[in-house]
Amino acid sequence: MPDTLDAELFRRWMDAMAAAVEREAERLTELDSAIGDADHGSNLRRGFTAVAGALEKETPETPGAVLTLAGRTLISTVGGASGPLYGTLLRRTGKELGDATAVSREELARALGAGVGAVARLGGAQPGDKTMLDALLPAVDALGSSFDAARVAADAGALATVPLQARKGRASYLGERSIGHQDPGATSAALLIGALAEVAA
Amino acid sequence: MSAEGVVGIVLVSHSASVAAAVAELARGLAGGGSTAPVAAAGGTPDGGLGTSSELICAAARAVDRGAGVAVLVDLGSAVLTVKALLAEGDELPDGTRLVDAPFVEGAVAALVTASAGGDLDAVEAAAVEAYDYRKT
Repeated sequence: MPDTLDAELFRRWMDAMAAAVEREAERLTELDSAIGDADHGSNLRRGFTAVAGALEKETPETPGAVLTLAGRTLISTVGGASGPLYGTLLRRTGKELGDATAVSREELARALGAGVGAVARLGGAQPGDKTMLDALLPAVDALGSSFDAARVAADAGALATVPLQARKGRASYLGERSIGHQDPGATSAALLIGALAEVAA
Repeated sequence: MSAEGVVGIVLVSHSASVAAAVAELARGLAGGGSTAPVAAAGGTPDGGLGTSSELICAAARAVDRGAGVAVLVDLGSAVLTVKALLAEGDELPDGTRLVDAPFVEGAVAALVTASAGGDLDAVEAAAVEAYDYRKT
């Protein structure tokens, strides 16, 4: 597969994510009000709006630089746990991509895998803990096959958090009462992968 | 004691008033007078509840005297934000360290130790040790 994913595509990915978060902010906050502190939608909206603004202003020239700037912006603007988590995901993925002006889907899958690993270390979560990892890990695996497979895997992973009991974050204080609700972090992670599939299609 | 070579303390809470009040408490219990520098980084820049990397970095720079900065945090995004800044970024001064300690008791122990001229390892050890003090 040729190295066809360039900085422009990565910018469109971040713009598509900003649009998806804007569209779904109410739903994310609603999911978060069931088991969290009802700020996931507004936090991510603030973060990805700032990302879109930063990318417009600085116009980084490589895929790695786009994601590194996006990650740094999220850490500095979100104000909730999703900021350092998504910030670390994108910043580590961006660093893995290095200075290449274009990358292949396989290279992105490998880099994203490293990014997800950094998120897991940061938050200390395991698969099945009802977190964003439950959407991201299957998505990274499926990204080896196709963008659409990654989108489907992320959506399925997010949906599969419904019967799980939360073991990380504020939702874990609820114990068994967290069962029966879809995890907001896994839901927004599926939006991120969906935005990638949308622009890469 | 000269202000050179003293460890600085940063207190990160979701709430600006909690961070400021714990800083004041620590200063008071550290004996008042001249203490090591301690800065509060609480809440978001607009005054809401949350964590601000900008406030954290500004606080760390403000207390950095070249001997390291000990950062104490409350929970959730405060922990994750400091860890993310340390793991991936270059925004914090060299020698900044996240200290795993109870927020209030650890802040007092850290400031007392730093004010007595302890180095970063000693400040961290004192703050961590605060977990061992049982109340019942």
